[in-house]
Amino acid sequence: MADLITYREAVAEGIAREMRRDPSVVCLGEDIGEAGGVFKTTVGLLKEFGAERVWDTPISEQAIVGAAMGAAMTGMRPVAEIMFSDFLACCWDYLANEIPKVRYMTGGQVNVPLVVRTANGGGLGFGAQHSQATENWALTVPGLKIAAPATPADVIGMMAAAIRSDDPVVFFEHKGLLAGKGAPPPPEHVVELGRAAVVREGADVTLVALASMVPVALKAASLLSQEGIDVEVVDLRSLIPLDTATVLASLAKTSRLVTVEENPYQGGWGATLVSVVADEGFGLLDAPVRRVAGECVPLPFADALEEQVIPTVEKLVAALRSLAAY
Amino acid sequence: MTTADELLALYEQMVLIRRTEKAAHDLFMSGLVKGTTHLAAGHEAIAVGASAALDPDDYVFATYRGHHHAMARGATPEECLAELMSRATGLCRAKGGSMHLTKAATHMLGSYAIVGAHLPMAVGAAWSARLRGTGQLAVAFFGDGATNIGAFHEALNLAAVWKLPVLFVCENNLYMEYTPIADVTAVARPAADRAPAYGIPGEVVDGNDVVAVREAVAALARRARAGEGPALLEAETYRHFGHSRADPATYRPAEEVERWLKHDPLDLARGRLLELGMPEERVTAADERARHVVEQAVEAAKNAPPPDPREALTDVWADGGAAWRT
Repeated sequence: MADLITYREAVAEGIAREMRRDPSVVCLGEDIGEAGGVFKTTVGLLKEFGAERVWDTPISEQAIVGAAMGAAMTGMRPVAEIMFSDFLACCWDYLANEIPKVRYMTGGQVNVPLVVRTANGGGLGFGAQHSQATENWALTVPGLKIAAPATPADVIGMMAAAIRSDDPVVFFEHKGLLAGKGAPPPPEHVVELGRAAVVREGADVTLVALASMVPVALKAASLLSQEGIDVEVVDLRSLIPLDTATVLASLAKTSRLVTVEENPYQGGWGATLVSVVADEGFGLLDAPVRRVAGECVPLPFADALEEQVIPTVEKLVAALRSLAAY
Repeated sequence: MTTADELLALYEQMVLIRRTEKAAHDLFMSGLVKGTTHLAAGHEAIAVGASAALDPDDYVFATYRGHHHAMARGATPEECLAELMSRATGLCRAKGGSMHLTKAATHMLGSYAIVGAHLPMAVGAAWSARLRGTGQLAVAFFGDGATNIGAFHEALNLAAVWKLPVLFVCENNLYMEYTPIADVTAVARPAADRAPAYGIPGEVVDGNDVVAVREAVAALARRARAGEGPALLEAETYRHFGHSRADPATYRPAEEVERWLKHDPLDLARGRLLELGMPEERVTAADERARHVVEQAVEAAKNAPPPDPREALTDVWADGGAAWRT
């Protein structure tokens, strides 16, 4: 039995596995080289692969992502790091107007096989500009694939899929999960983007979660099992492609749906998922749909305030309990 | 050295571009081109002169005022006009339009309509060329207005720090859209005066003199290919028309317009050809060939079919499709 690895180590391991198998994979970003990343998610890459494949950049988010795009269009598979997902706003033009549109607006003449990795989400007390869960920003843009793994094994498997993808992928690494541990996956472990995982089977309520909300969902499900409420937990893993098939199949069994999202309720990913369910799965439902999501405020600094904003096990248990009783 | 025969070829290319744009203008007036166009009439010597100094596999990135660059790098008048006329045979299969002319097959990697966005892409393409050891160069053409946007500065700095084979060519036509560039820029030469801040050469050239542009770009290209890093070239020029279709350009002093129209790149090249002893009938024959090609292009584009409506839902992803969910 191999030692457990952390989510943090899994990021570097996932990148390293792809760099070993494909010389066109190169990394760029702020402090990713000698420093190993501010979250230590690129430790060891410079040492193993050298300065020709691991490039420290200035604090220039537009140049980082724009250069990654130019390299991706010309034969490389760049993996760009944007240190905090809040900073995606500094290079949003590339994610909203350039990368997702260039293939389409040239009539399919170019591909953009790149990964933009970024540390996402709250729970660490970093305040409003270093804590936001921004996966829903990317979801507003047709043309971006979106990965948000919850476990070390999925980090490695989805990193492989993201780097091998000929499409651009925004890869959200959750800051609150970095210290979490899990078994390392076997070599050549690839988790296809767009495949949700049923991480706990249940018969009464379908609970759909993503990234940091997966452990919260599992905890809530475990507590409710003591009350005889049997919750099925689906880890979406990717937002684009969105695995609506797995969610609808689960609803065929449970007839009740709750989403738990760290991003704000306004414009959160759950709204898109739920709209598909309303359209195509209405007949499966025996109860209203509940979305437990972040409050529609910036993230506050103090723990006591932050936990008012981000969904907690307690909030989720209350929502599940009331829905099960409906 | 540019021989008389070489100059004749450059002249013919410029005439071809001028006539294609004239046709685009006329087709717009007759309702066959929709949206908008940003004519490059007056700027032809920059595209043609620079292109003559580049290798066929060098990368070119241009702006929404990019008809001249697309054609200088291999796009035919027919492909361009068909694109503007929303035909299935258009350069981008009618998905790009005037502002996004792209011919990836000849390494003309796009025309971008967010000001300055493509400079970091060119940096990335140059980085990629260096990583792959191909000896290719990347060139970004942009307007004077782009020198005041962040991506310009981020791109110059990163290119200089990484000493990449990339050239930044500013087409300074004195106006950023409707406003004199001098009114909104802290230095006299919007591009060249910024080069010292990044420790790279910043040269100025008569952008209406095709031979001067060719020689200036050739010198900077040699330098960049030798590993001496990026450079900036500010090519002074003037638009024959307004910023876009909607702009009659009444804000430009009549005396200024008259002075620049007398300094037309085609007239300059024609005069020099005759000075070099080129028989006038050969120059006139070049004019006639260009006229004929454009007339045929207009007819072919008019007769080409519209795009299949199903094309709207293709080309988002590398697999050719647009599926966002399972």
